[in-house]
Amino acid sequence: MSKESPRIVALDAATAVFLAWFVALVATAGALFLGEVMGRTPCLLCWYQRIAMFPLVLVLGVGVFDADARSARYGLPLAWAGVGLALYHCLLYWGVVSEAASPCRQGVSCADADLQVAGVVPIPLMSLLAFATILVLLSWNRMKGVRS
Amino acid sequence: MKSKWLMAGAVGVVALAFIVGVAIYRDRSAQQAVTAVQSSSEALVRAHAPVFGNPLAPVTIVEFFDPSCETCRAFHPVVKSIVNASFGQVRLVLRYAPLHAGSDRAVQILEAARMQGKYWSALEKALADQPRWAAHGNPQPELIWESIADIGLDMARARADAGSPAIADALKQDIADMRALKVRATPGFFVNGRPLTEFGDVQLRALVAEEVAKVRKP
Repeated sequence: MSKESPRIVALDAATAVFLAWFVALVATAGALFLGEVMGRTPCLLCWYQRIAMFPLVLVLGVGVFDADARSARYGLPLAWAGVGLALYHCLLYWGVVSEAASPCRQGVSCADADLQVAGVVPIPLMSLLAFATILVLLSWNRMKGVRS
Repeated sequence: MKSKWLMAGAVGVVALAFIVGVAIYRDRSAQQAVTAVQSSSEALVRAHAPVFGNPLAPVTIVEFFDPSCETCRAFHPVVKSIVNASFGQVRLVLRYAPLHAGSDRAVQILEAARMQGKYWSALEKALADQPRWAAHGNPQPELIWESIADIGLDMARARADAGSPAIADALKQDIADMRALKVRATPGFFVNGRPLTEFGDVQLRALVAEEVAKVRKP
């Protein structure tokens, strides 16, 4: 990235990883609240997204704890997988992709209108926002050309 | 070093938010359960429902029950012992909440046994064999016929009765009442119209004891 390019936010790599970890932490707590406290059974795609989100807390957590910038690199595949799954889930939820072509045939429907928090925000959209935020934050130092 | 303190702080904040959220959510759902009963109290006890214990008992446990549900199976001896140890003060009214695949058929078979006055022994047998016929993903309620073959039923009549419209209507009513009372999981308990908001056998015994005490002290 050239020196002249406008920097909107001054953010060092360590802070970016910390913020990404925090987003993953909040998302994990939220997912557990929906599932364990509110008793909403996660659908198949929700499970796949959980599989990508939960380890981010641990991987990035170790990275923040040991001030290891490489942890961003290890978190990236999980973030990419999460973005892909959440995007697909959103398309399914909004009816862009039909459920017939989806892997959810048994159990809880992935395209169910019930997948909302407080009846307003769709859960897949929150997942997509969380994964996208993590992806941007983890890519931050790479975009700046800083590699460790 | 600073980042570790930040981390600990962040974990603390999220954990605290979670705990507060749990408390608020529990409180709100308990409130909703109480309002649901108040607005549809007639949905609790229906004339068609099986009753265990003294029919005139002053304290009524209403249990929304699913024959395929493992927790219902585990709770059945608890509920029966509460009724049996109450000296006629407590009765159990069973309502059906067929939340599992195959449960509706299991209910039909049990109700067919009830038509011959063998309901509670049929229920015991069916619950004892529950792991065999109620496997998740592969429910085989027809196996209940084998379980109840030796309790002295006229099997041919029972098989014919199981498909009767009276049973189907009763089941439909139970499902409608389950929805009206916002029962989302089984077993769902109400003691004299008060929902058991925090699940557990200790909590159930305590709720029953409270209601029994109310009846004793007029």
